[in-house]
Amino acid sequence: MLHAAVLLPFLAAFFIPFIYRGVKQVHLGWFVLAVPILLFGYFLTFIKNVLQGVHTLKTFEWIPSLGVNVTLYIDGLGLFFALLITGIGSLVVLYSIYYLNKAEKLGHFYVYLLLFMGAMLGVVLSDNLFVLYTFWELTSISSFLLIGYWYQREKSTAGALKSMVITVFGGLAMLGGFLLMSDLTGTTSIRGIIENADLIVESPLFSFILILVLLGAFTKSAQFPFHTWLPDAMEAPTPVSAFLHSATMVKAGIYLVARLSLVFAGTDLFFLIVSGFGLLTLCWGSYMAVRKTDLKAILAYSTISQLGMIMAMLGFGTKAAILAAVFHILNHATFKGSLFMVAGIVDHETGTRDIRRLGGLFTFMPITATLAFFGAFSMAGFPLPIFNGFLSKEMFFEASLFKHSSPIVESVAPFFPYLAVGGSIFTFIYSVMLFFRTFTGKQRDTLEKQPHEAPIGMLISPMILVALVVIIAIVPDVFGKSLLAPMVDSITGKAVDPHIKFWHGINNTALYMSLAVLVFGTILYLTRTKWEKVYDILPGKMSAAKVFDAFMNGLETGSKKVTNRYMTGSLRHYLVYILTFSVVLLAVSMSVTGGFNLSTDDLAPIAVPEVMIAVVMAVAAFGTIFMNNRIAAILVLGIVGYGLSLLFVFFRAPDLALTQLIVETVTVALFLLCFYHLPDLNKEKTPSRTKVVNWVISISVGVIVTLIGIASHSTKMFEPISEYFIKNSYKLGGGDNIVNVILVDFRGLDTLLEILVLGLAAIGIFTMIKLRPNKKGGNE
Amino acid sequence: MQRSNDLILKTTTTIIVFIIMGFSIYLFFAGHNAPGGGFIGGLMTSGALVLLYISYGFKTMERVIRFDFKNFIPIGLLIAVLTGIGSFFFGQPFLSHTDAYFELPILGHTHLATAILFDLGVYFTVVGVTMTIILNIAADEGEEELSKQNTQ
Repeated sequence: MLHAAVLLPFLAAFFIPFIYRGVKQVHLGWFVLAVPILLFGYFLTFIKNVLQGVHTLKTFEWIPSLGVNVTLYIDGLGLFFALLITGIGSLVVLYSIYYLNKAEKLGHFYVYLLLFMGAMLGVVLSDNLFVLYTFWELTSISSFLLIGYWYQREKSTAGALKSMVITVFGGLAMLGGFLLMSDLTGTTSIRGIIENADLIVESPLFSFILILVLLGAFTKSAQFPFHTWLPDAMEAPTPVSAFLHSATMVKAGIYLVARLSLVFAGTDLFFLIVSGFGLLTLCWGSYMAVRKTDLKAILAYSTISQLGMIMAMLGFGTKAAILAAVFHILNHATFKGSLFMVAGIVDHETGTRDIRRLGGLFTFMPITATLAFFGAFSMAGFPLPIFNGFLSKEMFFEASLFKHSSPIVESVAPFFPYLAVGGSIFTFIYSVMLFFRTFTGKQRDTLEKQPHEAPIGMLISPMILVALVVIIAIVPDVFGKSLLAPMVDSITGKAVDPHIKFWHGINNTALYMSLAVLVFGTILYLTRTKWEKVYDILPGKMSAAKVFDAFMNGLETGSKKVTNRYMTGSLRHYLVYILTFSVVLLAVSMSVTGGFNLSTDDLAPIAVPEVMIAVVMAVAAFGTIFMNNRIAAILVLGIVGYGLSLLFVFFRAPDLALTQLIVETVTVALFLLCFYHLPDLNKEKTPSRTKVVNWVISISVGVIVTLIGIASHSTKMFEPISEYFIKNSYKLGGGDNIVNVILVDFRGLDTLLEILVLGLAAIGIFTMIKLRPNKKGGNE
Repeated sequence: MQRSNDLILKTTTTIIVFIIMGFSIYLFFAGHNAPGGGFIGGLMTSGALVLLYISYGFKTMERVIRFDFKNFIPIGLLIAVLTGIGSFFFGQPFLSHTDAYFELPILGHTHLATAILFDLGVYFTVVGVTMTIILNIAADEGEEELSKQNTQ
């Protein structure tokens, strides 16, 4: 049943094209809507079990021999995310029905969206590392397809490519970490790894594993150096931005860190990296968001900074911090989802998302403005208990004030509250700016469309989300007890703690921090024109996007340069590489293994005619190098061949001598036939450097081959098997000519294939001569 | 092209070709017990044939030899492979050979081995290969010269 639930979006995605083709009158989204609603209802039924501490575990064997099985596991953490995915998913599908025109390629859109939903469910529910990785990559791919949905636009495809490159890079690093983890613990199950966490923490590879896994989480969740893909992903249709890039996919990294907290948390390295980068991302994201003028770009940077905040709290690792983190995940999903939908409505009804051109929309679209008000002020953490963002931000401030025992943590922890407040001030500024500059003031520009209120269908989803914002703020306990407590339970592995009710303390530091954010934020917002020049100094001309572009360009031009440098197209160069490499390889491996074992024990006596022939052959071989005439070079080369056949005679190999004699004659004749038609051999004017290289290489090849020849003659490891042939040639083969018996009888197969080679060569020559496409004005 | 009257060449060729042919056949049959075999025999045969082509020219030879040497290649390969397959009929592995003594009508007490069949395949292939290569390269020149003459 649980497997069917995860499989359902994929199945639905399979049938979507048929419905799309078949039913033209009804918007395709209505059919899709049933899937997430059904799943949401199904996952709601698990709440009771999870609250009682009953975790569901279902296994479907996939590759049992490798320990890769589709094991689905529902505990507090997994259930919360499953509800988030299907819940926000339903709202987004509903919203998209009104947002997307029927003229769009709806079939593609909903197939990708369902694939994404299924993949995301798989990520949060898998208990198997490698199944988790499979679904993880599937979210990357479906997100890539969704960002590039309007593939005719250059920006869409560029954004899709960027997000693909960055998230897949992280995903691969993560796979490396997973492999090491499963190798160390001997299990592929996440629960099994958590049980054996000490094996990983104590292993020398620990920091390596941690960094690899965190690379995956950070790239997916757009943490500091890797956040650059998220603003570019805003080219996707707004429902996609709302679903993937605020509520679900970017939280996959958060999920992973939370899931593996039981393994890593408690180590200093984990604390430093996760909370350090989290706070850095929080500050940088909110700082950059203020500068942006595009609604979705502001929201993108805001998402980055909020994710940084959640990540930082996961890094703190205290129970209060984890509770704040999970509470903020819920809150962020509600208000950011609604804000994206509002941005989509503004875009849809006015034709622009640029806040420099917008303003005074309150009178035209009061409902949207009200929704935006709740979303933005909740995001700002405005100190009123009707905004859930305020509650979780308060908890965040409180969590940042924690005390820790470890000396390293002790030394950096005091800075954290200041960073948290600093990031929150900017969060306040952009949230306020987002609302006021869009909906109040005068209408600054003539817009393409006369702005008007959105259709009711488009407003339902953000309305539900905003209602949740307020409800969560008013009765946080309901959500705290039912959803968050079991989630904290599965992240920290400890029993539910009563901290959840801890809200209204007037007399605590966190509240003063909130008030400080409010005061400074207001002042800075009102005076923003005075200090805006700061942006020319700090990011200045630097940005992660530029670094990424420079890196990609450098990679491309660099590899092109390297390739052009050695792939010259000159055969001489390739020969130089091949020969140099083989000489170096042979020389090194021979000298390392002590292969140059030269002995003179086993030498035959040298006769005078052999020496004479050898001298003649050497002279002839040398002569060919200095010949200026091709024909002469061939004829002189023939001397070497005939000399060889004479040597065969002296060494008592009559068959070889005969064959060598005839083959040499035939080759010389063929050479003469062909070279007769070539232009005269001109003395090449080679530069002396080239000549020296040629000499060095050819001499070293000659030397190394000679040495190997002598060495292999001096070391005979086994008795040669020729004795067997000599004894059995007549008895088994029925012939006295041992060579011939070996050729046709003992080793007949070799001969069979050699004549096949000859036949192929002849056919090759025949085709080359007879079938030339360029012969009669054909191709080429 | 005007051919000079090379009567001496043609006459000697006629005699020598038979000697070479005879020698090549000897080499082929002697292979099992003395230097020689299918490979050398085949090369020798094609040597004789090339000599014929050199002295009498293409046109004459085309009238005398009506078959295409290209066909020798598949024929030779087929013989070799079939020899190998033949051993399957006696439940032996591929390319197992046997030999025995027979009383033949003219030759008398003779030693025959199936290896000679395999060598026959080698022989045919080698003849086919060398003749195909040499004749095609030679013929190609002629064609080029012809086309040159046509254009001039």
